[in-house]
Amino acid sequence: MKATMKWSAFALAACLPMLASAHKAFLVPSTTVLSEGSDAWVTFDAAASNDLFNFNHRPLPLDNLVVTGPDGAKLSPQNVARGELRSSFDLHLEKPGTYRVALANSGLFANYVDAKGEKKRWRGTAEKLGEIPADAKNVEIAQSDSSNVSFVTLGKPSDGVLKPMGNGLELVPVTHPNDLYAGEAAKFRFLLDGKPAKDLKVTVLAGGTRYRSRQDEMALTTDANGEFSITWPAPGMYWLNAALEAQKPTVAKAKERRLGYTATFEVLPQ
Amino acid sequence: MRVPALIACLALAAPSAFAATVQLGIEIPRMDVSEYHRPYVAVWIEREDRSVAANLAVWYQNKDGKDAQSGKSEPGTKWLADLRQWWRRSGREQTLPIDGVSGATRPAGQHQLTFSDDKAPLAGLAAGKYRLVVEAAREVGGHELVGIAFEWPPQAPQHLSAQGEHELGAIRFDLNP
Repeated sequence: MKATMKWSAFALAACLPMLASAHKAFLVPSTTVLSEGSDAWVTFDAAASNDLFNFNHRPLPLDNLVVTGPDGAKLSPQNVARGELRSSFDLHLEKPGTYRVALANSGLFANYVDAKGEKKRWRGTAEKLGEIPADAKNVEIAQSDSSNVSFVTLGKPSDGVLKPMGNGLELVPVTHPNDLYAGEAAKFRFLLDGKPAKDLKVTVLAGGTRYRSRQDEMALTTDANGEFSITWPAPGMYWLNAALEAQKPTVAKAKERRLGYTATFEVLPQ
Repeated sequence: MRVPALIACLALAAPSAFAATVQLGIEIPRMDVSEYHRPYVAVWIEREDRSVAANLAVWYQNKDGKDAQSGKSEPGTKWLADLRQWWRRSGREQTLPIDGVSGATRPAGQHQLTFSDDKAPLAGLAAGKYRLVVEAAREVGGHELVGIAFEWPPQAPQHLSAQGEHELGAIRFDLNP
């Protein structure tokens, strides 16, 4: 029994996207600060990789890509493509302000033993839980909410897209995410379902890991207000990640809830 | 004969008796490179908190360029964000062109600018400590920022200078009460 439990927990972890994998999922823009008055385009790559930000494992699916413009309107990405190692798409910025680009994955993952005694895996939403046979045994359901976010700004930065939505683990920038400079401190706040996520461990890594011998991870912890501050050591593209496991689920039948938040930030030189 | 000449002299000298002036010399160095583009240059005065008190000049490609391969036209404003400090401190708040401030890019050589405190952009500059900032960014080239601290208004003539290392040459800043 104990062995079965362990195995199913492992299997569940293995199929949770972006959380349990050693590979780092990222959404990386070609640029983040653009001048107005131009025919402004940004291209994005989405991949899970061992190296930041090189593509060496697999593309991220873009089915749940949501692009929000400065006025709150949803935008359609263009030239969407899925390669062997990365997915990509282009974004045409037509209005000044800050855009939020997010891959939001919310779902349920189940392991069970069917009537024939075979181990089965299931993935879906709360509405589709009925797909799990009524006679299934050892049903274990986990809820997963994760997002992978990037911000880009045309002209003057705006903060409409920075407002929290109140669901899952989310980062609320106190310092504007397209106003980050080497040697300066930036402040952020993490929320869990709209409330400050205190004592949350946050990992920040600079890109270019392939070209150095150490990961040089920066480990940070949020305070009672869910806030933390980071002083960027050098210009470059940075990957930020926080994850929570064994949280109370919001879907009744789920045993536990896992949450993840990842963002890519560009830090400019002085 | 002598008296009218004296009056004429006084009349000519009169503006400087009331208006502080500054002369700014900016050297754009000559480059021995295979692909040369004139740099984008921004010149501004910043307060101690680094907010911008006055924009003095912005030199950029103010006509559309054309991509040699695709033939697609590309506005020169596209590269303004490469003047990254100016863009951050002021540019992104502006609508280009800025009357009396922005202009076309300039060739390598010495460039002189003169400002007086009875006219924009220096008119109304409050007394205090400031820094003159000259920022240059060149397509397929480098980026450089040179600063000169000064106090305003000048109590006596001052000749300040700084030296750029690669994208900018000598910067001279002369203040006259």
